[in-house]
Amino acid sequence: MRARSAALVTIAAVAGAALAWGGFAPIHAASRNQVFVIPKGTWARRMSGDKVEILPDHIRLTLGIRDILVLRNRDEVPQIFGPTLMMPGQSFSLPFAQASEYQFQCTAHLSGQMTIIVEPFPASPWARIRWRARELLSELSEPAESS
Amino acid sequence: MNVPRLAVATLSLLVAVAAGAAGAPAFKAGLFDPPRQAPDFSLQGTDGHELRMSRYHGKVVLLAFGYSSCTAVCPVTLATLAAARRELGPAASDVQVLYVTVDPERDDPARLEKFLHAFDATFVGGTGAPAALAAVRKDYGISAQKLVTPDGYSYSHSSFVYLIDRGGRIRALMPYGHSPGDFVNDLRLLLEE
Repeated sequence: MRARSAALVTIAAVAGAALAWGGFAPIHAASRNQVFVIPKGTWARRMSGDKVEILPDHIRLTLGIRDILVLRNRDEVPQIFGPTLMMPGQSFSLPFAQASEYQFQCTAHLSGQMTIIVEPFPASPWARIRWRARELLSELSEPAESS
Repeated sequence: MNVPRLAVATLSLLVAVAAGAAGAPAFKAGLFDPPRQAPDFSLQGTDGHELRMSRYHGKVVLLAFGYSSCTAVCPVTLATLAAARRELGPAASDVQVLYVTVDPERDDPARLEKFLHAFDATFVGGTGAPAALAAVRKDYGISAQKLVTPDGYSYSHSSFVYLIDRGGRIRALMPYGHSPGDFVNDLRLLLEE
């Protein structure tokens, strides 16, 4: 009985400490870039009938943490990627300064549209916890490239 | 650590921070790396001359695409560019706004000029044969889709503005909705190069 209580207290303490860290520890990002790359051979794969998805329909950015969308064309042909035409080997870095939802035409999507959701900096403890939880889930499901 | 060493370390840190800040000018627009040369074209200019991109080497060019019957996007973009030129003051003489129509059916040079001059008399428009305009759009990655409406037709078109430096290189792309101040910021950076 006493051992069980001790275990419960320990779990509660660890959870409390994790919440306190999540809510109050400052957020540091190694880079503010959210990078998406068109790999070499994408055009050839598309021409052969392969439906290659490069960009997600919705991209989520956060002001002050990861608020620069970086698109890189590593393919050997020009690509309409996000809002613009990119030559082979070219990169395009688009900074965002206002929290909002942005719609871009994008031929990389079947819908022809790409949505970028820019969220405000998570200033409150609760917002930081939510941001960290979402980042963790996102990293676990699909590691994002940033540099 | 003694006081002189601390002072040197602090000074080094400040110099490093300043150098880092100087190395990355804060553009508000999206930047291309490396920038590519803006493709040249030949269209009918609203100023009575042939409109070529190469005519404006030496100036910073803002290149936009649209049409004079546009009621939603183009008036906002052109009003923003006009406000940015006013805010720049005398430096605006080194900035040229070019506006290429996506609607050659309605936009002859006279109509386009009237539309543009309602915003700023220095703006120059370009029109031409549908095939010539389509080639320009392809070179610049511009989309323009004709939509039939009860009143006739309209266009859904790319709404961003290209920023082209004095050397004729496409340096940046400003998405729709940015303020005149954002344009002024980036134009100053390009003009000072």
